[in-house]
Amino acid sequence: MLRATFKSLMSRKLRLVLSGLAVVLGVMFVAGAFVLTDTLGRSFTSLFQTAYAHTDVQVAAKSKLGTGVGNDQGVASLPASLVDTIGRVPGVASATGQVQVDGARVIGPDGKVVTTYGAPQFGMNWTGGGTAQLEPGSRAPAADNEIVVNAGLAKAADLKVGDQVGVLTLQPKKTFTLVGIFGFSGGRDSLGGEQSVAFTTPVAQQLMLGTPGAYSDVDVRAGPGVDDVALRDRVQAAVGGDYQVETGKQLAKDASAGFQKALSFFNYVLLGFAGVALFVGIFLILNTFSIIVAQRVRELALMRALGASRRQIINSVMLEALVIGFVASVLGLGAGIGVGALLAYVFASVGASGLHLAGIGVPASAVIASFAVGILITLVAATLPALRASRVAPIAALREAAATDRPLTRITVTGGVVTAVGAGVLAFGLTGNGGDATLWAILGGVLVSFVGVALLTPLISRPVVSALGRLFAWSVPGQLGRRNSARNPRRTAITAAALMVGLALITGVNVVLSSATASIHQVADTQVSVDLIISGGQNSPIAPTFDRSVLDKVRSTPGVAQVAGFYGDQARIDGKDTSINALDTPAALHDMFGLTADSGTIDALGAGQLILDRKQADSLGVHVGSRVPVQLTRGGVRTFTIAGIYANSDVYDGWVMSAADLSGFRTAEPEQAMIKLAPGADATTVKTAVNDLLRDSPEVNVADRTEFVDQQTSQFNSILTMIQILLALAILIAVLGIINTLALSVLERTRELGLLRAIGLRRAQAMRMVTVEAVVISVFGALLGLAVGSGLGAAVVRALRDQGFTVMAFPWARMGLYLVLAAIVGVVAAILPAIRAARVNVLAAIAYE
Amino acid sequence: MTMTPATTTASTTGVAARAAGVWKVYGSGEAQVVALRSISVELRRGQFTAIMGPSGSGKSTLMHCLAGLDTVTRGEVFIGATQLNGLSDAGLTRLRRDQVGFIFQQFNLLPTLSAEENILLPLSIAGRRPDRAWYDTVIDTVGLRDRLSHRPSQLSGGQQQRVACARALVSRPEVVFADEPTGNLDSRSGAEVLGFLRRSVRDFDQTIVMVTHDPNAASYADRVVFLADGEVVTELREPTPDAVLETMKRIDVLAANRGGDA
Repeated sequence: MLRATFKSLMSRKLRLVLSGLAVVLGVMFVAGAFVLTDTLGRSFTSLFQTAYAHTDVQVAAKSKLGTGVGNDQGVASLPASLVDTIGRVPGVASATGQVQVDGARVIGPDGKVVTTYGAPQFGMNWTGGGTAQLEPGSRAPAADNEIVVNAGLAKAADLKVGDQVGVLTLQPKKTFTLVGIFGFSGGRDSLGGEQSVAFTTPVAQQLMLGTPGAYSDVDVRAGPGVDDVALRDRVQAAVGGDYQVETGKQLAKDASAGFQKALSFFNYVLLGFAGVALFVGIFLILNTFSIIVAQRVRELALMRALGASRRQIINSVMLEALVIGFVASVLGLGAGIGVGALLAYVFASVGASGLHLAGIGVPASAVIASFAVGILITLVAATLPALRASRVAPIAALREAAATDRPLTRITVTGGVVTAVGAGVLAFGLTGNGGDATLWAILGGVLVSFVGVALLTPLISRPVVSALGRLFAWSVPGQLGRRNSARNPRRTAITAAALMVGLALITGVNVVLSSATASIHQVADTQVSVDLIISGGQNSPIAPTFDRSVLDKVRSTPGVAQVAGFYGDQARIDGKDTSINALDTPAALHDMFGLTADSGTIDALGAGQLILDRKQADSLGVHVGSRVPVQLTRGGVRTFTIAGIYANSDVYDGWVMSAADLSGFRTAEPEQAMIKLAPGADATTVKTAVNDLLRDSPEVNVADRTEFVDQQTSQFNSILTMIQILLALAILIAVLGIINTLALSVLERTRELGLLRAIGLRRAQAMRMVTVEAVVISVFGALLGLAVGSGLGAAVVRALRDQGFTVMAFPWARMGLYLVLAAIVGVVAAILPAIRAARVNVLAAIAYE
Repeated sequence: MTMTPATTTASTTGVAARAAGVWKVYGSGEAQVVALRSISVELRRGQFTAIMGPSGSGKSTLMHCLAGLDTVTRGEVFIGATQLNGLSDAGLTRLRRDQVGFIFQQFNLLPTLSAEENILLPLSIAGRRPDRAWYDTVIDTVGLRDRLSHRPSQLSGGQQQRVACARALVSRPEVVFADEPTGNLDSRSGAEVLGFLRRSVRDFDQTIVMVTHDPNAASYADRVVFLADGEVVTELREPTPDAVLETMKRIDVLAANRGGDA
């Protein structure tokens, strides 16, 4: 029995390679995810060990909010007097006050802020200590208008010593003279892709902390022979509980742990790819095994007739699956190590230039996960075909014809039930009543729905494939191809279903995003009376801001009727962490956004007052007159009074306070401004004027309403791109499936092809016949995907109607494009099988002796 | 056919297909197998010729070579005025499509097409319209008018072969080649098919070449050519089943004698 299994495996090499490829791809992403995160994780660990190499103990101020959102840590400071206190602790060799805060944005030669792809942009005081080393020809900043920067930043911004450099901080653009460039040991130009600007200490305190004479932390060196843990405890005792005291080793550990968490993003992306690959792969493997079993009916029946038990038949099929799963896992693991290494390299050279990569490691978890996933998926996919194989009756060995197609009743009923269950779970998830289970309910519902639709597909395939085929029925090869594609609805269906999954996902996302875009446009056009908006795109933890003085200049620009400046930050209100806006012109809420007071007043907001939307007010149980404790980024807890509650709106929600209370915000620079023009004013003229005012605020620009909405929705495009890459992968696997199915069709129909060739079918016609079959299958899959995806997307949009999805919009052009792509995919998938069909040896095909 | 210059002469008119000094050799060196050994044979137009011989005598190979399904190692093959040697695959395909009809032992029909579609397939592939009157004649001769919309799986073996016959005839080919057309049929269905083939020769002047090892089937032909070891051994005119059987029994002796003579 074992030998028979292996013989049959070897005789179907190509088929197994094709179906195994899907598992290889899936496992590759799983292994790649583990290898990448392991490698980067160890790289960052070593990075932080380097960064804190000279720090024995560090004392840092505790942030007021401690939420980790935004940059509330950044402005927490400790007084200069504390440095002396620490310096007097026994065992301390030196205590140095440091400023090191994210948010120093350097303006490059092109007038734009130099970006880092997520790495911090430190503004610090130059202490001359630590790991930084000035390059030859550099000197430390001595005057208030002098800075030094790290070599990585100098390279990115093309800076040389002597250059005038604009820097944005808590304050608007200030220009400095670059007097030095520093690197790190081993010739590195940064520790891990970060940018650093070092000022003199007073400037750093002013610009980065906003508090003269304060530091963000104190770097403590231990005297010879002093244990750092003991020293930490002594320092902690000396400074009291208001400050965080850690050893350098612990800080390195904490920092790298924090990074590992950030890295899990890559893990999720790669595992998402793996999930799609494996889910689609199941279809492919299931199809392959079904076909193999169908082809071997007589062989299996003979085995049964010779005394093989059902269990032995099942085992023989499952053993085949096990071998395939194992081999695919080995290959996938190998490929995954390659992918992980490659991505780590790309990350280190692009994302965080200068990150010193630790050696590529293959953690045990990568190996275990690879084999577990690869083998399990293959076995799951092979289960049904194995069961079917075991049901082959011994008498089938004696029958002449292959088994006729079984009726579709059972599979259709099952499909109906599964689809209903999937839709139910999805609906439960979408209503948002699931709490923590919501996301899982949505994901699970989608997956189960896919399986259900896949089971229904054979039934749908008959009319649809027949109708589709008519498009190609103008030529004889087309007609033959069309008939062939309708011959085995199960096989056609499952092949098309693999394509459906990818397309349904992308279509669903597309529908949601285009509905969101349309809804935003609709709201902007109907409910917002703003003509120009000053804002910027955020691509770091620090929100883009602009010079506050611009606001007044805009106000005095001819043609401008009303200007409202918006300031944003985090806050803890009544014990709850939330984001908050401060507004210098409260009346704008009504004038520009059409908000109306539901209770109290909303357009005369004074210091110490708050307003809020009705929905949140109700859920928090607050009302006009309620007094709530508010902790802002700076300062202590203050009590605010709720002055008004505004009616729910699609345009605006959340807490608003007066610009009079801005002193508690991280920065007093505005993030956005809304401009309303006087009647008859020319928008273009005003826009040009405002643009000129913004010359020193490169993080923002001025846009009219449509441009602004486009900017806001442009991030959807990057989501779409991500999903489309995912789709490309799913399509790749689906193509494998189509090739697989067609190759089998050609093989099975060798005699027919021989006959056709004998009676005069040209090679090109034989190829066209196969191509039409492929295109019919792929277009059918695409139509299914578009339909299911539209359904999913529409369900989500409908469920989110209360969240502002007021318009349901289908991206017809894009959907048409996908359909065309699917047809092309069909043609591509047909190439190899078509060549094979054209090469059929007529004599061999019709020989029967 | 205009693609090959006609190399026929007046002496070959009245000949639908002919092989001249044809050799077919498989492999080389030690493993060399000679399937056809200098065979020359002319198949007259309007004649029903049967090719007989024991297994391995080369009768199927000869038919494949004559029909343009296989190439010869040496010698010349003509169908009508067209020389097959040197035709490309496309040329051979077109020749088969336009000038040759085929009836195989089995797997003659496409399962996805109805009987009518199968019959018209060679014409559809060529993009030609059927001659309605001729089509009706063929259909009525094979007696399939009430089965035209059936799929092959809904037809008996005999009916399937009659559909195959109709398909071979409907394009009025120069020659119809039938390879054991009754090999898979019971005797009654076989007789129907053979009778039909003979009638198409008599009534419509069709040229038919049939490979068979059944003396009874061969007796329907006008002429039987006997092959052994890749050579033409002898032939019979107006054969009876007994005469065919008698010749088959003596075929080894005949072949040996021939070998001795040479």
